[in-house]
Amino acid sequence: MSKKFLKVLLSSAMTVSMLAACGSGGGAGGSGSELAEGDTVKIGGNFELSGDVASYGTAESNAVELAIKMYNESEDAKYKLEYVSVDNKGDAAESTTAATKLIEEDQVAFIVGPATSGASIATYQVASDSSVPVISPSATQINATMNGDEVYPSAFRICFEDSYQGAAMAQYAAKDMGKKKAAVLAETSDYGQGLANQFIETFEANGGEVINSLKDGSYNAGDTDFNAILTKLSEKDFDVLYVAGYYGEAGLIIKQAREMGIDATIVGADGFDSTVLAQLAGKENLNDVFFTTAIASGAPTEAQEEFKKAYIEEYGEDALNMFSYLAYDSVMLGIQALEEAGATGPALQEALEKAEFDGLTGSFTFDETHTPVKSVLVIDAATNGAETNAEVTVK
Amino acid sequence: MSKKILSKANLCWMALSVAVYILLSVLINFRIISSYYTITIYNILINIILAVSLNLIIGICGQFSLGHAGFMCIGAYSAGVITKMMPNLGGLFLGVLVGMVISTVAALIVSVPTLRLRGDYLAIATLGFAEIIRIIVMNMKITNGAAGLSGIPKLTTFTLLFICMVISIIIVCNFTRSAPGRACISIREDEIASEAMGINTTKYKVSAFIIGALLASLAGALFACNFYVIKPTQFNFNRSIDILVMVVFGGMGSMTSSVIAAIVIGFLNMILQNFSNLRMIIYGVALVSIMIFKPTGLLGTRELSFEKLLKRKERKS
Repeated sequence: MSKKFLKVLLSSAMTVSMLAACGSGGGAGGSGSELAEGDTVKIGGNFELSGDVASYGTAESNAVELAIKMYNESEDAKYKLEYVSVDNKGDAAESTTAATKLIEEDQVAFIVGPATSGASIATYQVASDSSVPVISPSATQINATMNGDEVYPSAFRICFEDSYQGAAMAQYAAKDMGKKKAAVLAETSDYGQGLANQFIETFEANGGEVINSLKDGSYNAGDTDFNAILTKLSEKDFDVLYVAGYYGEAGLIIKQAREMGIDATIVGADGFDSTVLAQLAGKENLNDVFFTTAIASGAPTEAQEEFKKAYIEEYGEDALNMFSYLAYDSVMLGIQALEEAGATGPALQEALEKAEFDGLTGSFTFDETHTPVKSVLVIDAATNGAETNAEVTVK
Repeated sequence: MSKKILSKANLCWMALSVAVYILLSVLINFRIISSYYTITIYNILINIILAVSLNLIIGICGQFSLGHAGFMCIGAYSAGVITKMMPNLGGLFLGVLVGMVISTVAALIVSVPTLRLRGDYLAIATLGFAEIIRIIVMNMKITNGAAGLSGIPKLTTFTLLFICMVISIIIVCNFTRSAPGRACISIREDEIASEAMGINTTKYKVSAFIIGALLASLAGALFACNFYVIKPTQFNFNRSIDILVMVVFGGMGSMTSSVIAAIVIGFLNMILQNFSNLRMIIYGVALVSIMIFKPTGLLGTRELSFEKLLKRKERKS
């Protein structure tokens, strides 16, 4: 065969083997290792730092970085922590790659993130294969941590499921507010549909009636004109309107509904939790509007205040939102479990399963699906979250 | 006949692919490279199939399609749904077949009316098609809507992926050199002239479009069974653009360049993963400079051809 061909072959072989040399390192995980006091422990951050949902990912990544900095500076720090961050672009496939990199190459003790459910689920199998826990701050999708009927052993999340908020609001509306007839509007996303389905189910179970089907009450993210859908609703009789979606559309729905003369109570979920809601809806229209959330941003506790101050000092006010608190709690939970277990791998996983955690977003333990059991706050939107109306735990 | 197939040039190609296969599988199986790099290689192989198949439509046939992600989506979801019911290689095979059947039907429905359009209009029509597929998938029960399918078994192995890639390249290259392929090239060069020469342009455009769609759906199936999770948002406009960039980056009409571009962009993505703020900028600058200094792409329409290399050598000696 030609010499030239051999040359090409050899040189390409060289190139590939050189690349291989860069990549060596990693190796089989799964067993974990014991840690001594003062050891350096790496913590991975797998976040959406670019792409569509970069604002969530950045808010969380900042909080993780801050939490680790605060831990390292505290006097009773048992280990020296190091933060390794990777960008997953908000893409599920990239997220798998990022998690693999953190596990194999950086050998992290646990991973915090990603912020979105899809990207989180994409990492659970890889993580479970090598027994490196993934703590997702905000993977709220229903059954996100489940692989069919079994839970992924390494998947944990510290937010409640989408459906849980829907159930809590339905229970609150039916029992505490005494509402009888509900109308439902939902975004055609997994978030909106999950919330709305659960709301309908629980509201009906509590003796209420839902006057429209989800099919007539769906809208797309980015819609701005809801007059058609609201006109149809206004012809019917109802005393509460559940809007399952984010503040961008919800704000406009509230405004247009009030202008049309719909004076029923309007309720929603943590998608309402933004100052933009008041801007879009108009302050005067926010009477009798309530939503569920994990933390009351308007009336912070002392620990929340302290975190908020440190965060704003480091990254500015704009980057702070609910996701930052959740991410902070994720790291602190991981560190607490790490200190208890004194080891990585399966031992750390076991410590997480049994953890009793008291953090910024409430205290909780994990149920058998690795989802926290905690209460939901119902907030009056008019007070901009300064007043908590009730704490609801779904029975 | 057998002599033709076993020509020197073909043997060289065979030797090259076997050598690359052995080299990569040794690297992967003996864990010389970490599984992080292995995923990158998997990604590159899938992207090669996508780039080569889109190059057939754009580079060879001259039809500007922005709907490749739609076909990939069909393949991914067919394989995802079926392998969740039958988590073995038989399931994957069946999933690939079902995906191909649906893709063919979809490609026929789209291409027969839209391939009468030209240039920008075709691009917009195919873009619309891909969005329709995505929205349908987002609203179906069996695909689990916007939440996407999760818990798909990992069935894509390196060997399977490599074989599929080689087969895809062979199909596209052989099509290009066949009579229908030549007809496609003539359509690319001048549609009216080729029509005047008695070429049934619609027929050849549709056949190139369908072959491209089939291969994209194959790539989608392999993609789904490699990453455990698929979501409708993964198959949006950006995915089509990513594939398009590979084709344009390498050079339209050259399969060698599509392969090289897929490899280069794959590694570029991997290296830049740690520089999230800079990544998009570097990516953009690389593309802009290619377009300014070499508008035809890295290789233009040149191909790596063992036949030519061997001939040149013979002439020398």
